[in-house]
Amino acid sequence: MQSFLDIFDIYLLEAVINGILLGGVLALLALGLNLIFGVIDVTWICYAELVMIGMYGMYYLVQVFHLPYWAAAPLVILLVALLGAALHFFVIAPLLTAPPINQLLATGGVLFILQSFATVAFGIDFRNLGIRLPVLALGEMNFSYARLLSFAAALIGMVCVYLFLTRTFTGTAIRAIAQDRQIMPLMGVDPKRIYLVTSAIGGGLAGLAACLLVLQYDVHPFVGLSFGPITFLICVLGGLGNFIGGFIAAFVFAEIISLGGLFSDLEWGYVLAFAFFIVMMFIRPAGLLARRS
Amino acid sequence: MNGMLELKSIDAGYGSFQALFDVSLDVRAGEAVGVIGPNGAGKTTLMRVISGLIRPIRGSIAMEGTDVVATPPHRIVSLGIAHVPENRRLFPRLTVADNLKMGAFMPGARAHYAERLEFVFELFPRLKERLQQMAGTMSGGEQQMCAIGRALMSNPKLLLLDEPSAGLAPVVVQQVFELVKRIRASGLTVLIVEQNVQQVLRVVDRAYLLEAGSIRAAGSAAELAASDTIKQAYLGV
Repeated sequence: MQSFLDIFDIYLLEAVINGILLGGVLALLALGLNLIFGVIDVTWICYAELVMIGMYGMYYLVQVFHLPYWAAAPLVILLVALLGAALHFFVIAPLLTAPPINQLLATGGVLFILQSFATVAFGIDFRNLGIRLPVLALGEMNFSYARLLSFAAALIGMVCVYLFLTRTFTGTAIRAIAQDRQIMPLMGVDPKRIYLVTSAIGGGLAGLAACLLVLQYDVHPFVGLSFGPITFLICVLGGLGNFIGGFIAAFVFAEIISLGGLFSDLEWGYVLAFAFFIVMMFIRPAGLLARRS
Repeated sequence: MNGMLELKSIDAGYGSFQALFDVSLDVRAGEAVGVIGPNGAGKTTLMRVISGLIRPIRGSIAMEGTDVVATPPHRIVSLGIAHVPENRRLFPRLTVADNLKMGAFMPGARAHYAERLEFVFELFPRLKERLQQMAGTMSGGEQQMCAIGRALMSNPKLLLLDEPSAGLAPVVVQQVFELVKRIRASGLTVLIVEQNVQQVLRVVDRAYLLEAGSIRAAGSAAELAASDTIKQAYLGV
């Protein structure tokens, strides 16, 4: 009996740590979406599809053009950042004063356009980078280097965004514009430019997530469905637009998925996470860290 | 003294509602000018039309000869016009330091960020103690200091003050008008809009009376304070 518990604890610890590693990438995804929502007040329903395009970008640069991974990653981050800025310029900016439902439908339309585009352009085959990173064995626990690397890179990405938002004039303006849109011209700030920069950063974060996820998952036109919905739930649970709430909620979700997967199948981890979300919506409808008004 | 700000025959409003009718006004360099009048007279609209938050329907605005109406709103501050809006409009969940930083956002002001900060701390030593506090958690008087400080960060020539005494305790109102005097003494030109007529006439050189969107009277502070209509309607004597 005692030896059974010992083994069990090892698996539990492994699952907890894997949950934390997963949480890092989910937090990165949530930060991008929260940034867009908090600053521009629109929800990019197609956020995970930007990640999908970025994953294809990695696939083509690494597998077809034979670039090394470290050289392809910055190009993909730049590409998806430009895609984010273009999404704002061509779709969001003309709809800024439109009712939220119209903005939602428009970005929903972009979701289907990107999925269909990927299906036509890249086919429905599952593709991967062909990079298999080794597994780190710590005692009886195994951790994949892909996950460790992703976690570290996601943290670095989030720290960079944090420093940008707190240390620079433009970053301060991004935080300020979310609090009072109308008076920004009095500060000499052109809101259009701030929105464009924010969209590029949101896209860049999706690009970074793409570089990390492509190490662990095969890419196909519908891969966005695997993490799009969960990213939205994380943002809603943390309080839409609340960066810290989203960060915490990402780890809560990741642990539920990881631990739920330990006790039964991985799919049950997702079921538990979604059930937890529904229950939380009854208890705290405005999110974990809702601001008291 | 030469004309700094000149408004000619301004009509302005919101949608189909017109708030200003044929308003002409001028402020000369180094002056402090007041605009007094009752609630809803169009005083705030006047300020917003100068700083570009709303555009006039008709009329012209010139700042040192530059056409303000043709300047994009976010570039008007670089003409030297800083606007302290009604109700202060600080960023409540940013620190005092970040609020002041926003005031120096323009590329021209960023270069002098450190000097401007020193200047603001000289005027408002209290702000230096509160740098890391969230602006929304300070008292009304401190928030007013922060709002004026934020406007001064852009190194303006003309400061627009919209109801700086609104919502403040009487003791604090006194302090705010003392501040206005000190700002004037530092060489700034001030255009101030106030309902607190008695107080404002003590700190300005000249004033305009705005009623129902039109200028009804103009003159030196002493003349207006002595006029019967103003005495009866606003000074309660």
